Amino acid sequence: MGYLHRHRGLVPYLLLAPGLAWLAVFFIVPLGFLAYQSLQSGSFDFGYAFDWSFGNYWEAIDRYHEHLLRSLIYAGLATVIALAVSYPLVYWIAFRGGRWKNLFLLVIIAPFFVTYLIRTLAWQSILSDSGFVLDALRTVGIVEAGGRLLATPVAVVAGLTYNFLPFMALPLYVALEQIDARLLEAAQDLYASKVAAFLRVTLPLSLPGVFAGTLLTFIPAAGDFINAQLLGTPREHMIGNVIQSKFLELIDYPAAAALSFVLMAAIVALVAVYARSLGTEKLTG
Amino acid sequence: MNRPFTRKQLLERAALGSAALTLPGFLAACGGGDDETAATTQAAKELADRLRVSNWQLYIDIDEKTKKRPTLEQFTKETGVAVDYFEDVNDNASYFGKIQRPLSQGQSIDRDIVVLTDNSRFPSLLIDKGWAEKLDKDALPNISNLQGSLASPSFDPDREYSLPWQSGMTGIATNTKLTGGKPVLTIDELLESPALKGKVTFLTEMADSMSLVMLANGDDPTKVDDTAFTKAIDRIQKAVDSGQIRQFTGNDYTGPLSKGDLAAAVSWSGDVVQLTLDNKDLQWNLPETGGDIWTDNMLIPKGGDAFTASTFMNFVYQPEIAAQIAAYINYVSPVKGAKEAMEKLDPDLAANPLIFPDDETLSKVVIFDAKALSNEDYIERWQALIGS
Repeated sequence: MGYLHRHRGLVPYLLLAPGLAWLAVFFIVPLGFLAYQSLQSGSFDFGYAFDWSFGNYWEAIDRYHEHLLRSLIYAGLATVIALAVSYPLVYWIAFRGGRWKNLFLLVIIAPFFVTYLIRTLAWQSILSDSGFVLDALRTVGIVEAGGRLLATPVAVVAGLTYNFLPFMALPLYVALEQIDARLLEAAQDLYASKVAAFLRVTLPLSLPGVFAGTLLTFIPAAGDFINAQLLGTPREHMIGNVIQSKFLELIDYPAAAALSFVLMAAIVALVAVYARSLGTEKLTG
Repeated sequence: MNRPFTRKQLLERAALGSAALTLPGFLAACGGGDDETAATTQAAKELADRLRVSNWQLYIDIDEKTKKRPTLEQFTKETGVAVDYFEDVNDNASYFGKIQRPLSQGQSIDRDIVVLTDNSRFPSLLIDKGWAEKLDKDALPNISNLQGSLASPSFDPDREYSLPWQSGMTGIATNTKLTGGKPVLTIDELLESPALKGKVTFLTEMADSMSLVMLANGDDPTKVDDTAFTKAIDRIQKAVDSGQIRQFTGNDYTGPLSKGDLAAAVSWSGDVVQLTLDNKDLQWNLPETGGDIWTDNMLIPKGGDAFTASTFMNFVYQPEIAAQIAAYINYVSPVKGAKEAMEKLDPDLAANPLIFPDDETLSKVVIFDAKALSNEDYIERWQALIGS
């Protein structure tokens, strides 16, 4: 006790230590190993050896830039749609939900009680050529007679949106729920219209939630492969499909590791631009 | 016709049949003639309590009513060994990917038998890497029932590590409800007919898909060269780009095909014959330009119980049991005498060229070039084509 008392400055570091150790063992070390692997060459049959083969990166980008671009576009679309869908929904729950708030939140999370894979397989049946959704859309004329939904980009983006929606909705809810209703009253007292009050007060105050939600949706969606695998065709396959098959089927570790780093770099770059454009001081409230 | 009858018939006979079918096992246990050595060795070694098998879907007889598997039940009854039967092989590459990590670290994969196809590089890889146990030939006298043509494959010339489970052919399945009642008989139609656009799948197995397309191109899949390979892959790529091909699949084409999301699928012979029992709209044919033939092999992964696994292999290599399995799954049995046994079980099936291929059928199928299977460049290009 005496020692700690004398070196009070150490306390925060001691408190951080478990977390840092965790990060070091389960994030930094594997990442280093992945980097090491990404610079190996050879083949599964004859073994891989480390020889600084940066060529893996060029090959990865050269051969799979379409998959990479597609991943970012699909993930981006899914994020925007998830935001558009969940903002009004969560807004309503936060301000009008009353005593049912928790129940509504539970309803949003409820699909998570079912495994990811099963949820996506369910979409396969929902969007199937003989399913009711397609029948309805055909009747209304949105989809032409011979058209389909399954095995199209629409299905993949829809699957991604659905699967990651709660990651968008929950942070948004937290941000909106914390807004003091008196601030809105004050805005109206100062002759702000409802729209102006929303744009000048609610929206800026909810931005940290938007930021967290978009990141939590976009990042896993960009690396996802299940939706493209089950709801798409090879034309819709994303970078995750390539990495998955390289790691687990082709057992081409160097290429898979290089692709993982390329994906990571692309995501970090996009997030950095995004954070900068949104303005960091706004985000920290 | 008679095929649905056979499955029913089989069930009806199950009770009666099991008594007759266990007779050979009974005789062996008594130690008559040739089996004597096997019997004494069996006494010295001990059977495990459980046998764990990884196999493909639709690949063993099932009693539709009780959902039990008669062949496995009989094996358990005779030996006391319970069978944990997993239908977890969907395609060779992904299954191998799953098991290679523990195997490479010297860990057991909790399986005594896995079934992999000889038109992939994986049986050979498993053996070369030292990840397969040798068969216990003392427990496997029935290996003498193996068809001569399958006795010495290039990846295991003396059948030290592997034994065929079934052979089968790759052709085209059609859901005729979506094609106006006509089956799809050519690869040209499959790849280029606008009527089938987006309703076609190919197999993720390079050998299966490429064989069919190369044959349609007039090339020889038994001796693959770069020009022919490129020509075939470009043609498939075009069909992928145009949206003609919806997906590349393993065994999982069966669901969408019977549901009607697919009009036609490059598929395996026996699967579809089984599916036709529940869905009369389905049909399976070899393409006019020919298909390919392959053999699935049972292997014992490192850490598996070779004695128990070999005892099981010995059991399914009895002609009567082999006929019983073939009658249900409609694949080509590798066991000598299965045809004769089938004649007693169901003469119609014994005359079915998909189960006991005649010369005419055999003249239409090829075996894909084994060297091309492990050509890194080909594998890489194929994987890029199928979208991963």
